[in-house]
Amino acid sequence: MRFPRPHLALVAAILVAFGVSHYSDRIDPYFLDVMTGVGINVILAVSLNLVNGYTGQFSLGHAGFMSIGAYLSAAVSLYLGPKWLGDSGGTLTQQNGMFLLALCTGGFAAAAAGLVVGVPSLRLKGDYLALVTLGFGEIIRVIFQNVEVLGGALGLNGIPAYTTIFWVLAAAAVTIFVVTCLVNSTYGRGFLATRDDEIASEAVGLNTTNYKIVAFVVSAFFAGVAGGLYGHFKMTITPTGFDFTKSIEIVVMVILGGMGNTLGVILAAVLLTLLPELLRPIAEYRMVIYSLLLVVLMLVRPQGLFNFRRSTRTS
Amino acid sequence: MSEFLQQLLNGLSLGAIYALIALGYTMVYGVLRFINFAHSDVFMVGSFIGFYAGKYVPEGTIWGGMIVLVVAMLGCAALGIAIERFAYRPLRNGPTLNVLITAIGVSLLLEYSGQVFFGAEPRTFPAIFPSHTFQVGGVVVSTNQLAVIVVAVVLMIGLQLIVFRTKIGTAMRAVALNPRAAQLMGVNNDVVVSFTFGLGSALAAAGGILYAVNYPSIDPLMGVMPGLKAFVAAVLGGIGNIPGAALGGLILGTIETFVNGSQWSTYKDAIAFAVLIVILLFRPAGLLGRATVEKV
Repeated sequence: MRFPRPHLALVAAILVAFGVSHYSDRIDPYFLDVMTGVGINVILAVSLNLVNGYTGQFSLGHAGFMSIGAYLSAAVSLYLGPKWLGDSGGTLTQQNGMFLLALCTGGFAAAAAGLVVGVPSLRLKGDYLALVTLGFGEIIRVIFQNVEVLGGALGLNGIPAYTTIFWVLAAAAVTIFVVTCLVNSTYGRGFLATRDDEIASEAVGLNTTNYKIVAFVVSAFFAGVAGGLYGHFKMTITPTGFDFTKSIEIVVMVILGGMGNTLGVILAAVLLTLLPELLRPIAEYRMVIYSLLLVVLMLVRPQGLFNFRRSTRTS
Repeated sequence: MSEFLQQLLNGLSLGAIYALIALGYTMVYGVLRFINFAHSDVFMVGSFIGFYAGKYVPEGTIWGGMIVLVVAMLGCAALGIAIERFAYRPLRNGPTLNVLITAIGVSLLLEYSGQVFFGAEPRTFPAIFPSHTFQVGGVVVSTNQLAVIVVAVVLMIGLQLIVFRTKIGTAMRAVALNPRAAQLMGVNNDVVVSFTFGLGSALAAAGGILYAVNYPSIDPLMGVMPGLKAFVAAVLGGIGNIPGAALGGLILGTIETFVNGSQWSTYKDAIAFAVLIVILLFRPAGLLGRATVEKV
């Protein structure tokens, strides 16, 4: 996906986010909640698409990075917040500044974890990489279960509800902007080259390992930010909320959207977040229908739900 | 010393179960080169079939337990063949990632259908095998643990005989080596793949029954963790390698039991993955696997 003027599109998107947030008290709170969930999933799916779609690596550990972001940003607001904002809780500007700091901490911590995980594991390919990332995701979860400062198995409670629709929409806009601009830049062509033919890219002098690590770290950063938004939205986080199933959920969004197709991935993230909500009246069967749809969609449209170009890759 | 032996026995009986599940993963991977995520849920269905079948046989008899075991194995073999026929075969020549996602979809489908049909709350598995405990040199041995080890060993020997001594086993090995060449030699690949799924699922069912006999609380999500660990075991031994899966299962079960008995017990779920990461980084082909070089 290419925007004619990406920077203007970003500014416009943030202005829209500001507008929506200004009128948010007139919007049905249920709808606002669903929209926040959609926004967070869009960030997760678009950032994972950089690794799984554009760079052609298969990561199953996105929820692990999300949990790092969620925990560390929650820790910043919970432990530093009272010191800096005082008992009154501070003004709105101070709170938002605090939240920005928390989100950045979460994002950079997740990115650092992405570097630590990525450097050794990106030597592996395909299913093996999927397994190692899955393994790291689970290890991160077990570690959080055992760290008493971060609540252990009970998780963290009472996280201030800083997440507003403005933050979610703006963060989603920034994620989409960074990922599309990165992929469409001269440097970013290397991601596509790595995906299309790793050996050929190496032969023309591209450092494919480098590209993979950059993709992994950037993607982990945004997963961390999404985790921070999620924590300050739900106000309570537990290690089990970021297990293997969550990673799979994000991967499914990327694949249904059509790997390496940002617009499709955004649509798939919206659809797959709304679907369980729409199926809520038949609550008992909704996950059965969700999984059945997943299998059927893969059989009927293996190239992804929203991918209308003919796939050039066969293997 | 007796505590060490006790832990070793517990570890081996857990490892034997992992090994049975790992065999299914490794056979499917050997033939089709993809991770059958639904395998862990076939394991779960196996123990639920055992749960319902166990109501119709007298408790605590060997033949009753055997009947339950065989019924579950046959049921799961049919389930495995059906899954392959309807979910994986249409995508056989598609990109591997799509098959992986389909497998995840089937896995979720089995889990959620299980929650609807079996109920989400844990059930108590009937004591289908006679259960006694006795002491050997300070080590407490339960007959259930022995049953696990005996059944697992018998099934593994049977599997080895099928794979190396029968026509269909030869065909399986041929397909694993080179599907197209096998087809040119007159092997019907569809039959071989169906057979592989049936065999692997039957072993998963046996694993499910034996697991439930030793840990008698079953629920629709019980397969997830043992399934992941069994896959780690398959990779540890060298994926696609049948003795490797057995060895990997035994090693992993033993390591996990020892960690569980130590002060690090809360990390026991992480240890399998740590083993996985170390083995993939230093010996990606697994303990018994052979490294392959990618040809351009």
